Amino acid sequence: MTPRRWRFIPSLAWRESRTARRQLLLYMSSISLGVGALVAIDSIADNVRGAVRSQARQVMGGDVTFSSDQRFPDSLRAVLDSAAGAPGVTSGTAVTFTSMAYAPRTQVTRLSQVRAVGPTYPPFGDVTSEPAGMWPVLQQRPAALVSPGTLIALDAKVGDTLSVGYTQFEIVGTTNSVPGDPGLASAIGPRVFIGEKYVASTQLLGFGSRATFETIMRLPDGVQSPKWVAPLRPRFQNAHVRVRTVVQQEQNMTDAIARLADFLGIVGMTALLLGGIGVASGVNAFVSRKVDTVAVLRCIGATGGQVLAIYVAQAALMGLAGAAIGAAIGVAIQFTLPSLVKGVLPLDVTVTLVPKAVGLGLAIGVWVALVFALRPLLALRRVSPLQALRRDAAALERARLRDLPSHLVNAGLVASVILLAVSRADTPQRGLLVAGGIGLSLVLLWTSAAGLSYAARRVAARRLPYLLKQGVANLYRPANQTRSVVLALGFGAFLVSTLYLVQSNLLGQFRISAEAARGNVVFFDIQEDQRAAIDSMLGASRERVISETPIITMRVRAFNGRTPEAWAAQKGISARNWAVRREYRSTYRDTLVATEKVTAGRWFAAQRAGAADTIPEMSLEQDVADELQVAVGDTLTWDVQGVPVSARITSLREVNWGRFEPNFFAVFQPRALRGAPQMFVVVAAVASDTTIARLQRDVVTRYPNVSSVDLSLVRRTIGEIIGRITIAVRFLALFSLAMAVPVLFSAVAATRRDRLREGVLLKTLGATRAQIGRILLAEYALLGMLGALSGMVLSFGGAWALVTFVFDGTFAPAIVPAAAIAALMMALAVGIGLAMGREVFRETPVAALREA
Amino acid sequence: MLVASNLQKEYPSGAGTLAVLQHVSFSIPQGSLVAIVGPSGSGKTTLLGLLAGLDVPTSGTVSLDGVDITRLTEDERARLRGEKVGFIFQTFQLIPTLTALENVQVPLELRGDDGARERARALLERVGLADRMDHFPSQLSGGEQQRVAIARAFSNAPRILFADEPTGNLDGVTGGRIVELLESLNKSSGSTVVLVTHDMTLAERAHRLIRLRDGEVVEDRVKPEAAAGAPSALPAGPPAGRETA
Repeated sequence: MTPRRWRFIPSLAWRESRTARRQLLLYMSSISLGVGALVAIDSIADNVRGAVRSQARQVMGGDVTFSSDQRFPDSLRAVLDSAAGAPGVTSGTAVTFTSMAYAPRTQVTRLSQVRAVGPTYPPFGDVTSEPAGMWPVLQQRPAALVSPGTLIALDAKVGDTLSVGYTQFEIVGTTNSVPGDPGLASAIGPRVFIGEKYVASTQLLGFGSRATFETIMRLPDGVQSPKWVAPLRPRFQNAHVRVRTVVQQEQNMTDAIARLADFLGIVGMTALLLGGIGVASGVNAFVSRKVDTVAVLRCIGATGGQVLAIYVAQAALMGLAGAAIGAAIGVAIQFTLPSLVKGVLPLDVTVTLVPKAVGLGLAIGVWVALVFALRPLLALRRVSPLQALRRDAAALERARLRDLPSHLVNAGLVASVILLAVSRADTPQRGLLVAGGIGLSLVLLWTSAAGLSYAARRVAARRLPYLLKQGVANLYRPANQTRSVVLALGFGAFLVSTLYLVQSNLLGQFRISAEAARGNVVFFDIQEDQRAAIDSMLGASRERVISETPIITMRVRAFNGRTPEAWAAQKGISARNWAVRREYRSTYRDTLVATEKVTAGRWFAAQRAGAADTIPEMSLEQDVADELQVAVGDTLTWDVQGVPVSARITSLREVNWGRFEPNFFAVFQPRALRGAPQMFVVVAAVASDTTIARLQRDVVTRYPNVSSVDLSLVRRTIGEIIGRITIAVRFLALFSLAMAVPVLFSAVAATRRDRLREGVLLKTLGATRAQIGRILLAEYALLGMLGALSGMVLSFGGAWALVTFVFDGTFAPAIVPAAAIAALMMALAVGIGLAMGREVFRETPVAALREA
Repeated sequence: MLVASNLQKEYPSGAGTLAVLQHVSFSIPQGSLVAIVGPSGSGKTTLLGLLAGLDVPTSGTVSLDGVDITRLTEDERARLRGEKVGFIFQTFQLIPTLTALENVQVPLELRGDDGARERARALLERVGLADRMDHFPSQLSGGEQQRVAIARAFSNAPRILFADEPTGNLDGVTGGRIVELLESLNKSSGSTVVLVTHDMTLAERAHRLIRLRDGEVVEDRVKPEAAAGAPSALPAGPPAGRETA
């Protein structure tokens, strides 16, 4: 065919679309919300990434951080000092630890994170405080700046005294932003800043207390931090000093954002595919209305290709309009959302339009709209020109089995779903899994719809009241809408319900573990000589001690007699692996606790006579054993504060870390560690909130080194966080539900004309409004029920798979909410069906019959 | 010249087949005005579909200007229709979303012709619709719609024009005007016109009359005055239909 023949196709397509544009746009709007979700997610992720890139140094407070759980030895101190002496390099120091903060005026105590900063901290970025300029005061006198939440938690105000350990500080203001202090952390717990030189007077950094010692370096602009630090790295790491550069910091932050964006992207993509189903149904309706026009076009010389081109151009244009509406929604979300989460992110996110995200959203939207529209549009090629002569000719011939374009479009459809899923998932395997899941759901929905048609045929043959029989018959007669409605409705219910179930399961686990803790107050860092006194304080108020757990800090010194480096080299693991290098806080006991389960080997055998000569036994947590590449039978030698202690692994355990109870990677037979220097954690069940507060205050006044956490407070905080997430999930679910409306509308539109004509015919024959209403009610109630129920059942499968395999959790079906979603979807279907009934009565018989 | 040879059309029906047309043969010389008549169900519309290349026969051939159109693919036939064939339908079959002018432009645009708009304008003026060009079909009367359809049918200067009951939906007076218009265009353009109708008044105005009954040609009559005035309107050979009748 010559290009001449294509010259006028675009203008012809535009003119011919005149009256159909609104209709077509309505069908195409099925993709709008999906596109909106993708544009919003990509734009926000891009803005946040941009903020990370520009503010990573500000967030970290410098370019390289050296941190350790112990004070830097003098040799390393000297290295850092000489590095800091280089031109253009500045450094700052900070010590971070947790401690009880006590406000004597209000008598409230709270476990807080205390950051004691040196005079040159932070070397990069500015601290803003309220009132301004208070940061240098920390170095001049015992003064403290606190995060705004701390004042609320302690019921204190600026000017109050704050006890930290054995020192009293004056609260001189609150901090707005401190480099090196991510805002998210301060949103979760109270934070207190003091001068580093006052740490000693608090007497909190004694034996066994946990603190992080940091030195942050600021490098001259343009110096690559990884390159600069490379020669220093081995020396520091051998001394268990962690080295982190701003590049890594940036990477970590962007990775986290990418993961979140991936998850939300999958949700958005699935929503977009649901929209695709709506497009396909709507275009199907559109095609059936265009048969006459196409037949005429064929008569007067249009080839199949030209006809297809005219309508593909119309679909593409309206798809672009639908996607553009979606992109506008996405941009609107992008511009409103950051103001809602302000203060949670450790960054100032500047919201700017991201042309790439908008362009990508538009392109994906148009693509999905087109690929889903193409399938029904292909049928237009097969419209016989004879249709112009006689309308009873088979208007749309069925696709031949060997119709290559149909197969190509089908293949394109499948490839598009896979491509979209893979491009959105974090790994190709997960993408394929998601695509497979979606495909399987569609096949199952299709099968259940076919099953309904079949069952309806069997049921309708029996004696039923006429109205019901007519409604049931609508499910299987030629040109029925059973498949399209069940597919659209079922997939919509599947999406909404899966989303809800996954979130409620994840949050539910969190809630259960918070509530399952047996005690409600935990005291930790209790020194051996303080133990008896604290026990008696608890005993005096007749509170129940749930558990008293000894804690011993240690590091691995040897694996089966080999140094950690040699072991790592032999096993092919990194010598910098966290499991090899970390400081372990271990315990000893005879029995397993409720949160543990032995997965390999056996729990410690009862001590036999003469066993003291043999090497003691220990049990390792399963994951850490995998990291260390050790198994039952291996012997580990530990450095317990300078003393080597060897123990043989006799069992591996699976530990439920989600519970608020002391859990351990390594548990020893008591005889191995009984004599070692140790601290204790005490969990107690205290009757009332006022008693908890009093106990905490009494303990912290007498033993400032002992920290305590009120678990009921933690539970409340978690409850609040869960509440906020729940609202977000409900919003997402509502968003998906809103999507289902245009999709369902499109699905119903395909057979609208038939329904209308039939209704009007019945009306002409004497059917009343109520009778026609009942016929439609029977049909849509059945369709709605099957679609919604299939979607619900599928969502249990989908949510189970996601919770079990992706989030490593245990799935608990939430039947009532899922049933409520199903009921809502069903109501939606019935509502749309009945709206059609009203249309039947608006239409005069003559008009409807003429149109038909 | 349009030649039909031994056309046969069957449709599957139940276990067997239903023969709608049998052994139909005739030839129509260029420029003539032929009417195909017959009662309902006699096969008129089926024959028109086959002659115009809208459908393919079960057996037999149709050749237009020496090209056997039954051997062409659907798209090749569509192109041929675009080049050489025009249509007028009983229900006008204008595209409802296009104005009168745009409807007439369509066949020219599908061919990629330049000056489609000007030619469409001229044709609409010729059929007396200069002041209705920008109206949509729903804003036109039946007679006006049919005139637009005629303008559209002549827009590509067809070699042959098929008209299926062109006056079937019109009142007597309007129908008469439409027929006059058709006749005048037939004369001035030299296009062959094949009319399918059961209206004998209309059929009598043709140069030649082919009557169908039960799918067979039972009469093929050339009017004497037409035979004298028009180019050769005699059948190419003895119509097969008559032999089997």
